Amino acid sequence: MAAKSIYTKLFGRALLSFSSRTLYHSSHTLSTMASLSAHILIRAANRELEIPTGLFINNEFVPSADSPNDLIHLVNPATEETICSVVAGSVKDIDIAVAAARKAFNTTWGKNVTGFERSKLLNKLADLMERDQDILAEVESLNNGKPFKIARDFDIGDSIQCLRYYAGWADKITGQTIEVDNKTKLAFTRHDPIGVCGQIIPWNYPINMWAWKVAPALACGCTIVMKPSELTPLTALMLSKLIAEAGFPPGVVNTIPSLGSVGGVALSTHMDVDKVAFTGSTVTGRKVMEAAAKSNLKKVSLELGGKSPQLVFESADLEQAANWACLGILYNTGQDCTAGSRLYVQDTIYDKFVSLLVSKAKELVIGDGFDEKSGGGPLVSKTQFDKVWRYIESGSAQGAKLALGGQKRPGKGFFVDPTIFTDINANMDIVRDEIFGPVLAVGRFKTEEEAISLANDTSYGLGAGLHSNDANQCMRVSSALEAGTVWINQYNLLNNNVPFGGKKQSGIGRELGSYALDEYTSVKAIHWNFGEKLDWPL
Amino acid sequence: MSSSFTYQFDTPAYKGTSTVPTGLFINGKFVEPVEKGTIEVLNPVNGKVITSVAAGTAADIDIAARAAKKAYKERWGLKVPGMQRGRMLNKLADLLQANADEFSALEALDVGKTFGVARNSDIPGSIAVLRYYAGWADKIQGKTIETNEKKLAYTRHEPIGVVGAIIPWNFPLTMLSWKIGPALAAGNAVILKPSELTPLTALRLCPLLVEAGFPDGVINIVNGYGSTAGQALSEHMTVDKIAFTGSTLTGRKIMEAAAKTNLKKVTLELGGKSPSVIFDDVDLEQTVKWVSHGIFMNHGQACTAGSRIFVQAGIYDKFLKAFTEHALSLKVGDPFARDTYQGPQVSQTQFERIMGYIKSGKEDGATVHIGGERHGNEGYFIQPTIFTECKPNMKIVQEEIFGPVAAVIRFTTEEEAVEQANDTLYGLACSVFTRDIDRAIRVAHSIEAGTAWINCHNSTELSVPFGGFKQSGIGRELGEYALEHYTNVKAVHVNIGHRL
Repeated sequence: MAAKSIYTKLFGRALLSFSSRTLYHSSHTLSTMASLSAHILIRAANRELEIPTGLFINNEFVPSADSPNDLIHLVNPATEETICSVVAGSVKDIDIAVAAARKAFNTTWGKNVTGFERSKLLNKLADLMERDQDILAEVESLNNGKPFKIARDFDIGDSIQCLRYYAGWADKITGQTIEVDNKTKLAFTRHDPIGVCGQIIPWNYPINMWAWKVAPALACGCTIVMKPSELTPLTALMLSKLIAEAGFPPGVVNTIPSLGSVGGVALSTHMDVDKVAFTGSTVTGRKVMEAAAKSNLKKVSLELGGKSPQLVFESADLEQAANWACLGILYNTGQDCTAGSRLYVQDTIYDKFVSLLVSKAKELVIGDGFDEKSGGGPLVSKTQFDKVWRYIESGSAQGAKLALGGQKRPGKGFFVDPTIFTDINANMDIVRDEIFGPVLAVGRFKTEEEAISLANDTSYGLGAGLHSNDANQCMRVSSALEAGTVWINQYNLLNNNVPFGGKKQSGIGRELGSYALDEYTSVKAIHWNFGEKLDWPL
Repeated sequence: MSSSFTYQFDTPAYKGTSTVPTGLFINGKFVEPVEKGTIEVLNPVNGKVITSVAAGTAADIDIAARAAKKAYKERWGLKVPGMQRGRMLNKLADLLQANADEFSALEALDVGKTFGVARNSDIPGSIAVLRYYAGWADKIQGKTIETNEKKLAYTRHEPIGVVGAIIPWNFPLTMLSWKIGPALAAGNAVILKPSELTPLTALRLCPLLVEAGFPDGVINIVNGYGSTAGQALSEHMTVDKIAFTGSTLTGRKIMEAAAKTNLKKVTLELGGKSPSVIFDDVDLEQTVKWVSHGIFMNHGQACTAGSRIFVQAGIYDKFLKAFTEHALSLKVGDPFARDTYQGPQVSQTQFERIMGYIKSGKEDGATVHIGGERHGNEGYFIQPTIFTECKPNMKIVQEEIFGPVAAVIRFTTEEEAVEQANDTLYGLACSVFTRDIDRAIRVAHSIEAGTAWINCHNSTELSVPFGGFKQSGIGRELGEYALEHYTNVKAVHVNIGHRL
């Protein structure tokens, strides 16, 4: 019941004052009992939506089994107003969801259904997501803050493709036949689904991360207990409804909004969860792996933090390099694990490039996600806002020079404008730590060797970018950069068929592409003796 | 120059001299450990000291890690083409081949396994693994991935970096080859910690590593205890991956250490309690031989040991009779005598642990069908032991014993057999014996294990992946699959015309 008291403490005041709010009216929040849906007004579209707010188990929305009064209250980060609340899943609820997933795995999913059938259902789900893309984008924008159009055209557009991509893999999960001895033995491998997967996803791309996790797991035949971020669970619940509509058998996908310290811990320590796939912070990733080590040695894949470098060499197309660099650090308001947050520029072009960069970064409008002019939204929460500001203040305090930004905005909303620091050194917090906001640290280098050494001077290894017009240099530098993804003359654009994941402390395992299938299958080798007679004793 | 010891073999199976260096092998040279500690190596036949070898600690692991990182960056990894790495691995295999008798004798002396098994299985198996991965070294490939006309995407399967390998005492040279074969083929540098119980063949190999041409620091062999050297390796911030074979308990600690330090990648090959399922329609004579091989091979000291033997009711009595006769025919004794099948268990600790399980089986109400006692009165010998009347909740049915102790259990239906076979936390291996092709496939597919043998057991192939489901481990060794665990995938996105 610890969770309950935390909620009351954190949100009691918001609940009391809620009745006076009308903008995002939710019909149930006055009651202390959880209701299983909420009405939300999307003012920009003049649309009222009814969205599910219960726990999704066995294709039904249900209240918590043992803590009906625990709610998670959701805030619009652009206005700081409460949107509605959803049921907060307890440890018991995770247990029930895992049991549902296990039952489905053993009876209606996993090896009980053909890849062809799984493929059909995934394609159907993609169709439904496409049908609902506008309302999904509206709720994503409302809850996460990102611009509606970006949510629809990038987050959701890409997620639909991801589902279709893995739909195509579902009937192509193949093993190997291995020649051993033509006279006596045949060996072959089966790539079995791992089983029940716990999936813990972050708040920066709620729908997109959902698709990255759900699509390969379902294609391989796994069942899922999904824990969306407690900050942004609404679209995961809407997608759960589509899961039922698409015709997935009950229990194949279960969704339990919950705090990380409750639901996340319960999933990571659960003895009947065969795998946990996690995207989030390195600190939490360690805990997930440690819990796996101490419980049932569940398999773990981790997509964690980054402090990704971008290198701009003197031969680069500076105009383009500046555009990509801006996209690298400012896309999603910097709330991106691959954010290109360290930029190193060759000294011969440094002054020219930095002024170009600053002028381009200035052009980005950060505002309400429903405002047509907004290219970026607010940060997701007060906690993130405060954290990012602590870093900005530390940058100044530690001697870096502000080339752009650094002024707090008045009024409501967790808005932070593009911020660029120059005159950095390797020991500054803004150079070492992941900030997860629109804050760029710009340094300079003389030689290629120095650039590589600066770029690799980090405990992370998620992304890296380089801008150069010298083909040999591109090949040399991309090889030397210690990162799971390297962009050459580009940044931050991913493709569903290209693997994604971290080196060093940025993670374990790969998502996307055919590589992700390895993370959701367990290899069984079958040795078939058809002619070897054993002499005994040896 | 560090010290060495010389052993004179004068046995019926092998006569000859072996000289083994006893220091730590770091950066291509033997050195004394920083803390000057030593570990006594005992002969399991009689418990007497064979020699003392250097005991590495955290300080030595640190030196080795720096040497390995430097070698990786300057003289190995992406600096050396796969073809050259393959040549060195083949050369190492040649050198082992030329000294196969001596290595077999050392392995038999140190582990207590028979010279014949070491000579016919362990050593040639290790050589074959090195050759197999030598062939892979120039075939590490990524993919080119079609995206659109304005982007070229491709993947590189880069070496991970510095790999810590921690290996057990039951198959010392074989486990060494399973680790260093794929690690070196893929271009990683290695720090290998042999078991403190059985370091001799790993130490004897070091001069051959130099002769094979591996640059200094590419392979470092640091003997030491798990709680010091093993722990230090697992926690080291410069070690990019740990490959471990051993107990589930230690495997957890390694994964926990990785989680708390630099999130190094981890592969674990852990314990098992593997079932053999025997149906009424089998070829009895062959089945008995394979099942015996399953549980008694290497004195039961195999992680895939077929230690739970499920027999269908219709053949139960006949099987038990034939199995008993076979088990009684196994000669226990001197590993260097030509007719010995089973030598001693590896250590006093293991001996006591196994005898403890036998005691618990008796106390829990299982019947000692044969064996159940110590063999002889010195060394760590145990009689091949068969328990009957076993119940699912008994410790001898639930826990890994790692000794020559079989639990025989009767079943009636296929469903019952599969359910009982899966009633374990482990999932390393299983075997199915039947002539019915439908049933063979059905049962092999239903048992939750990384390896399923049909009409055989403990018949591992170097080209076929090996590893555990459930709490038997994470990752796969052998075959092409092992390469995934020694490479790091980098996706390179090249913009060729997309203007922002």
